[in-house]
Amino acid sequence: MAEAERKRTAAEEALARHFAALSGDDPMREQRASAFDAFLQRGLPHRRIEEWKYTDLRALMRDAPGPAAPAAPEAAKAALANADVFAEIDRARIVFVNGHFVPALSDLSGLEKDVEFASFGRFLADGGALLDRACDQADESEAPVLALNGAFVTDGAVIRIRDGAKLARPLEIVTAFAGEEPGLQTLRHQVSVGEGAEAVILQSYVGPDGVAYHTNAVAELRIAKGAKVKWVKAQEEGDAALHLGLVLPRVDAGAVFDPFFFAAGSAVARSEIRLVFDGEGASAGIRGATIARDRQHIDTTLIVDHAVPHCTSQEFFKSAIDDEAKGVFQGRINVWPDAQKTEGKMMSQALLLSEGAEFANKPELEIFADDVVCGHGATCGEIDEEMLFFMRARGVPLEEAERLLVHAFLAEAIEEIGDEDVIAALEARTRSWLSLGSEVR
Amino acid sequence: MLEIDNLHAKVAEDEAEILRGLSLKVGAGEVHAIMGPNGSGKSTLSYILAGKEDYEVTDGSVTYKGEDLLEMEPDERAAAGLFLAFQYPIEIPGVGTMTFLKTAMNAQRKARGEPELSTPDFMRTVREVAASLNITPEMLKRPLNVGFSGGEKKRNEILQMALLEPSLCVMDETDSGLDIDALRVVADGVNRMRSPERSIVVITHYQRLLEYIVPDFVHVMSRGRIVKSGGRELALELEEKGYADYVEAA
Ligand SMILES: Nc1ncnc2c1ncn2[C@@H]1O[C@H](COP(=O)(O)OP(=O)(O)O)[C@@H](O)[C@H]1O
Ligand SMILES: [Mg+2]
Repeated sequence: MAEAERKRTAAEEALARHFAALSGDDPMREQRASAFDAFLQRGLPHRRIEEWKYTDLRALMRDAPGPAAPAAPEAAKAALANADVFAEIDRARIVFVNGHFVPALSDLSGLEKDVEFASFGRFLADGGALLDRACDQADESEAPVLALNGAFVTDGAVIRIRDGAKLARPLEIVTAFAGEEPGLQTLRHQVSVGEGAEAVILQSYVGPDGVAYHTNAVAELRIAKGAKVKWVKAQEEGDAALHLGLVLPRVDAGAVFDPFFFAAGSAVARSEIRLVFDGEGASAGIRGATIARDRQHIDTTLIVDHAVPHCTSQEFFKSAIDDEAKGVFQGRINVWPDAQKTEGKMMSQALLLSEGAEFANKPELEIFADDVVCGHGATCGEIDEEMLFFMRARGVPLEEAERLLVHAFLAEAIEEIGDEDVIAALEARTRSWLSLGSEVR
Repeated sequence: MLEIDNLHAKVAEDEAEILRGLSLKVGAGEVHAIMGPNGSGKSTLSYILAGKEDYEVTDGSVTYKGEDLLEMEPDERAAAGLFLAFQYPIEIPGVGTMTFLKTAMNAQRKARGEPELSTPDFMRTVREVAASLNITPEMLKRPLNVGFSGGEKKRNEILQMALLEPSLCVMDETDSGLDIDALRVVADGVNRMRSPERSIVVITHYQRLLEYIVPDFVHVMSRGRIVKSGGRELALELEEKGYADYVEAA
């Protein structure tokens, strides 16, 4: 049956209604319409589409709330309370609540001379000069998250970090949802990091439990020659939320780009990164740690394109899956014919903590160059019985021993971040997700 | 303190018995040595006492402080004062030694209804005991046993034993892999713990350790049973004659 004739799902119907209800005098009307058409051409992705095989949005996305109303100042402030994962770090903040920039809660002090910031909303109001896509490794016709983002985007961070700047402190982008009614928040970030600049960019996603809100966040990143960037995402959405994230970095020669994906929140989440190396000698360490429990479904999907020679990528993911939760890791490294001397190493390890836990582990290498060093591995196992017994024999109850070992397992990925403060923040967060006391040193 | 009566046990999925009617009584404040050739079931006995699930007890009983030990979970046994120093202490990457020590101490205190230790009290105690066992602060900073030499792992076991203050210590070949200096340090550590309320079962292959930790009773174990019991002199006799006679006898 052709897609056009297929009966739409309830969520697709709802999306069409919400789209039709968008304001008619929006200068972005045409661009939004073309994005939404692209979405409707294929509809929500489902299990017969290879990249969505394990995360069937037609089944997982029962309904689709309409764009969230901006939060009142007090509500916005309250929504920030949970966005404390990086609280111990002296950082600048750009805050979005319900898909809208909240200047009163943001603080860019100390970064004035190195960072130019504007809210994406301003460009949208002007007709979206910036919407010329900065990174084209995804296309609305094939990437439903991007298409929906194009149709519904309300705001985002447009950030330019000057050549040679070394940011005095990390910059956090907070995405918080406020309110008890489900709503959709859609953000588009465009970040360009200048030549030789160094930056740590943090993101935290939070929202209330029990509210079926949706987050759609797309980030286009341009990392110029010789820049060094850490891009750390902490996904701690509320427990009924749906989170769709797409990160599109282009990394130029000699740059070092290290993203990290910490995922513990939401009912359903898909975090996808499609990274392209544009210049020689660049490297990327793409890592992550996932904790899933109850009936959570957490998907991490990455595509790394080695299109030029002498680039290095390392992918390292750890997932701990409990209860009836499901984890997905899909990783693909493409090494195109020109990409000689590529080094690529991908590893995804999962711990299954219960009978009902599931993990789909799918690392892939596609190599079209002959002089490369690439490898990948995947494991899916249970907690080591000998270690458990040892700890129990010292009086540690079974559950606590398990949690200590899960923490140890995830910490191996977190420790690779290479920034002491961020490591400490995410380790502490992992401990608190696991109800463990603090570390003694 | 501990009463083992006619204990029979095997590996859960195997048929062959490893313990074949083992009986042993350990009174409060006593130090017992169990000696026996490799493969006689010494480690199996210690694992069964600690509650390892790989083994199945097919007959007999173990009573500890008047309670059925075999009914208890491993961590309950520890909280009730049983401590096993492992023959092969394992490495636990990612779990810091200090964090582990504090977790274990507080878990036991909690199980006994005692208040948790404050971090400063804990730190002070650990540093003191560690120093007496030649365990450096640097070792304490590492993940549990990771990168420790064989001897360091054994000393770390004694550290845990000293901190947890058990009432029954079972030490499985704590002497193996120790040079003479380390052996002394370990033995001193154990001797400091001797008290009228605390019982110690020292499992060893050689009598050397017993020169430093002098036992009240010596038992010879062979093929899953205690085949002879006696005083200190039995260890010397074994040293001279070897185990051959007893292996026959079993
Ligand atoms: N988990 C196990 N699986 C299989 N066989 C075992 C296991 N534990 C012990 N055994 C067997 O039981 C016997 C006694 O072993 P062990 O208790 O380690 O002896 P000892 O400590 O006296 O050297 C040996 O033959 C050993 O192979
Ligand atoms: Mg043994």
